[in-house]
Amino acid sequence: MQRRVLMALLAGSALGGAARLAADQPVEIRISAKKFEFHPNKVMAKRGQPLVLVLTSEDRIHGFKMPDFGVRADIVPGQETRVPLMPDKAGSFTFFCDVFCGDGHEDMDGTLVVEA
Amino acid sequence: MLQSDRREFLKLAGMAGVTFTAGLFPGERVAAQATDFHFVQFSDTHWGYSGAANPDAEHTLAKAVATVNGLARQPDFVVFTGDLTHTTDDPKLRRERMKRFREIVSALAVKDVRFMPGEHDASLDKGEAYREFFGAPYYTFDHKGTHFIALDNVSDPAAKLGDEQLAWLAADLKQRKPDDRIIVLTHRPLFDLQPQWDWTTADGAKAIELLMPYRNVVVFYGHIHQEHHHMTGHIAHHAANSLIFALPAPGSQPKRAALAYDAATPGKGLGTRDITVADKVTLIELPVTKG
Ligand SMILES: [Cu+2]
Repeated sequence: MQRRVLMALLAGSALGGAARLAADQPVEIRISAKKFEFHPNKVMAKRGQPLVLVLTSEDRIHGFKMPDFGVRADIVPGQETRVPLMPDKAGSFTFFCDVFCGDGHEDMDGTLVVEA
Repeated sequence: MLQSDRREFLKLAGMAGVTFTAGLFPGERVAAQATDFHFVQFSDTHWGYSGAANPDAEHTLAKAVATVNGLARQPDFVVFTGDLTHTTDDPKLRRERMKRFREIVSALAVKDVRFMPGEHDASLDKGEAYREFFGAPYYTFDHKGTHFIALDNVSDPAAKLGDEQLAWLAADLKQRKPDDRIIVLTHRPLFDLQPQWDWTTADGAKAIELLMPYRNVVVFYGHIHQEHHHMTGHIAHHAANSLIFALPAPGSQPKRAALAYDAATPGKGLGTRDITVADKVTLIELPVTKG
């Protein structure tokens, strides 16, 4: 699921530098949501390697919240929600749906594992 | 307090095992007897739930109603702090559950009963069915000199009070004096109890900020299915037990899964709460069924 892409847009604008090291390019991670699960629900990352989460929904509006990194977004069907994230600490971190979506909402969660 | 009342009070305390008294209403010095009263809090009854976490789910609510009806000192009123019903995607079934819930609690001897929504009642239809059955999801009322404010942090599925309700709260509080007794009732914790388990209210900090200038504020809520006590500054926040299943202590295990039902101790961790309001606020946790 995990693939590394050159984020030409980001490198060219927000990050400013024309010649970024490959290690600094954000890794894109796609996560899809549906009642009542994320797929994948376990995501691996490396400390210091910037990420862009690309969130989509297969059915209804869901939420995505990861309090340990101050991340939260709505996931609206029919569009990609892109969330930049810098995993600057190692460990296992929970993310979950924070838009109540039905009987099973409380179990809709996943883990980001950041390796040192 | 009359002697007989005191005996009942002590008996209850023994029965429930836990009495929680705090120097709440910290700004209060002397209270006139005429303003003393008590009320009962029910929370998270989840009518319609069926599952392994409570094989007695069909009877727990009726038993708790009978227990409260058996109190020698009947409360002045009863409040339900949300998740009256268990969620369903079916709007018709949601209404059937609300109807049946209302029938069961109509057996309460006390007829002054106040309701509040939880996310299971209101988040899938933004409170539409809830309002049909129970009226406004946020409101105020006054009782013997105490001002009650019921806040709705669940009709918005993102667990927000929202700017409109916050403006309403600010306008209501403007009419209070700094030492007025204020009791806030709500479903979710207004503070960040356990953000990793979503035990928060997205904009709850704004409500607490509005309440901070008032010296005698106590908050009663539900949602977390367990007794819990926390201070934000001088404001006390007390979470109530559920009547369906207990949840683990905040952060005590990786997931907030329901605690397993134990046939040897049915009703463990479940119950209602009697709250006495005098110069102190005294909490007595009541079991589902009198032992
Ligand atoms: Cu969801």
